[in-house]
Amino acid sequence: MMSGKSFLQKSGPFLLVAPLFLFICLFFIWPLGSVLTQSVSDNAVARLLPETAKVASSWDGESAPGEDLQAAFVTDLRAATDEQAVGDMVRRLNSAQSGFRTLMSKTLRAVQETPEGLIDLVALDRKWSQPQYWKAITDALSPTTDRYLLAAVDLMRNDAGEIVSQPPEQTINVAIFGRTFWISATVTIFCVLLGYPYALLITVATGWKKQALLAAVLLPLWTSLLVRTAAWFILLQEQGLINSALMDLNIIAGPLALIFNRTGVIIAMTHVSLPMMVLPIYSVLLTIPKNLMPAAASLGAHPLRAFVRVLLPLSFGGIAAGSLLVFMSAIGYYITPALIGGAGDQMISSFIAFHAQNSGNWGMASALGIVLLVVTIILYAVYDRLATQRERSA
Amino acid sequence: MPAKTLQWLFGALMAAFLIVPLLVMMPLAFTSSLLLVYPIPSFSFRWFVELFTLPVWQRAIVNSLIIGFGTTALATVLGVLAALGLRRRLPMIGGVIRTLFMLPMVVPAVVLGIGMQILLARIGLANTHLAVIIAHTVVAVPFVIVSVSGSLAGIDRRVELAAASLGASPQRVFGKVTLPLAMPGILTGAVLAFATSLDEVVLTLFVAGPNQRTLARQMFSTIRDNISPAIAAAAFLFIFGTLLLAAVVLIVRRKKEVAAI
Repeated sequence: MMSGKSFLQKSGPFLLVAPLFLFICLFFIWPLGSVLTQSVSDNAVARLLPETAKVASSWDGESAPGEDLQAAFVTDLRAATDEQAVGDMVRRLNSAQSGFRTLMSKTLRAVQETPEGLIDLVALDRKWSQPQYWKAITDALSPTTDRYLLAAVDLMRNDAGEIVSQPPEQTINVAIFGRTFWISATVTIFCVLLGYPYALLITVATGWKKQALLAAVLLPLWTSLLVRTAAWFILLQEQGLINSALMDLNIIAGPLALIFNRTGVIIAMTHVSLPMMVLPIYSVLLTIPKNLMPAAASLGAHPLRAFVRVLLPLSFGGIAAGSLLVFMSAIGYYITPALIGGAGDQMISSFIAFHAQNSGNWGMASALGIVLLVVTIILYAVYDRLATQRERSA
Repeated sequence: MPAKTLQWLFGALMAAFLIVPLLVMMPLAFTSSLLLVYPIPSFSFRWFVELFTLPVWQRAIVNSLIIGFGTTALATVLGVLAALGLRRRLPMIGGVIRTLFMLPMVVPAVVLGIGMQILLARIGLANTHLAVIIAHTVVAVPFVIVSVSGSLAGIDRRVELAAASLGASPQRVFGKVTLPLAMPGILTGAVLAFATSLDEVVLTLFVAGPNQRTLARQMFSTIRDNISPAIAAAAFLFIFGTLLLAAVVLIVRRKKEVAAI
């Protein structure tokens, strides 16, 4: 009886945590695992060509392929009835070797018209006598690949299997990651420049002014992100409030281009991220004794010097925490650039969504997602470490 | 004192920068114009009428309510249980588990969205309300844990010990002491879970089919494709709904504070 109770007491916390733990494993860890698997898996070709895979190992990869390989390939094509899967396979093959799309549509038509017996593929199209087309097929038969992960950072394997950079006209992902980090860094800097003095002002303010300043930071946090973005859409558009106000005041003659460009994205993202900067800085400033600045002044320090030598170093933890938080969330932004930005301001999330939803290229989408995820997790680990350090020293 | 004036000018401008965007939407919800621009020609309820009569918006509102309440229920139950469990010091793994539960707030929504779409399709839940509820719960649960843990940490252990020493069974201590004291945190968590679900767009884009379009999702595509003042009316509902829920929480908190005194 006693031991039973103590067992329950001991395992009680685990039993309470267990449902959420299972839920998170199932619907958070597993999906992220699926993204990782998807980013290295390459079964678009392999799952449709099981017979080809069996005989492919006997082919040396250089001479013209033998009849058994051709026959197995035709058998597989006859068995492949799922049109979407065939489309995926053709897309995959065409990305490895250009010219496959036309070749395959020709071949598939021939296979449909000849439901039985051998088909002379070489007579159908001379391309089938060239080994590189067969090489593309046999290369794609391996179930795992690093091509998506390499392509996510603009790398590829050459014919010898070495990792090299992609030809310049195909490189795009590094530039988009660069753009994403650049926009996020700009937003972070604006947030520090605006947020630090604002947090300082909240600290020194008293009474209703303090309440009002605090409320101004907290209210946006309570308001829907979508509503805030939509609001910036209204403010920034050509006949929006900002442009009409500036024109009414005769400051500008024609409307400024504020929307569908970088300016708009940075303004809106700064607004959305600002509370995440102000609050950590404010919470650190609160812990700094109020008499330090007067003490520095009484020792003859110029206010600016006192600020740089005393207040700034002491509040550095808040700036670091706020900056990490803002930067980390900014690199994953999707909604704000999608609605406020132009084509040249879309960040990595938009491209991930595009690959997944518009072009159905789940491998590429997942590989880009993994890169973004790794960067985010590293930033979070640094943030977490800073936060626990502060907790310990407090 | 020009420095002082400058200071307050900066403060006022910043407060305006933070607050004005929250306010500009509100009047436009009542515009009679077809365009989402100022000045407003005349006052009208036409966009609210459209919101409540046009099938796309109607369905979106219903979907948002179903998914919002589903998420609130699931996230609150799972989150409260976990917060109660994490209250004791779990040997070794307590910190790891807490971090794990917080991670959905950190992971980029698009990455999680892809994974969810792959997984939910694989287990046959694609394009169901349950799929959207599950996805929203994953990102809503950290808010519940943070707010419930906060209010649990504020409970004086001695009150519970006193109740137990007076002969109350563990269940009774929990039901009569712990739970009522933690209630404000639980309610706050529930409201935050609902607000998170209401506002979620990115995961919804990936896991919801045409029949699960939520209000936020519908607003997103309306802003993208044809900007109509209906989004201002929808935004008005959003802000109004959030304020209403916040007011409820505030009242409950006040009551509890009064009771504590």
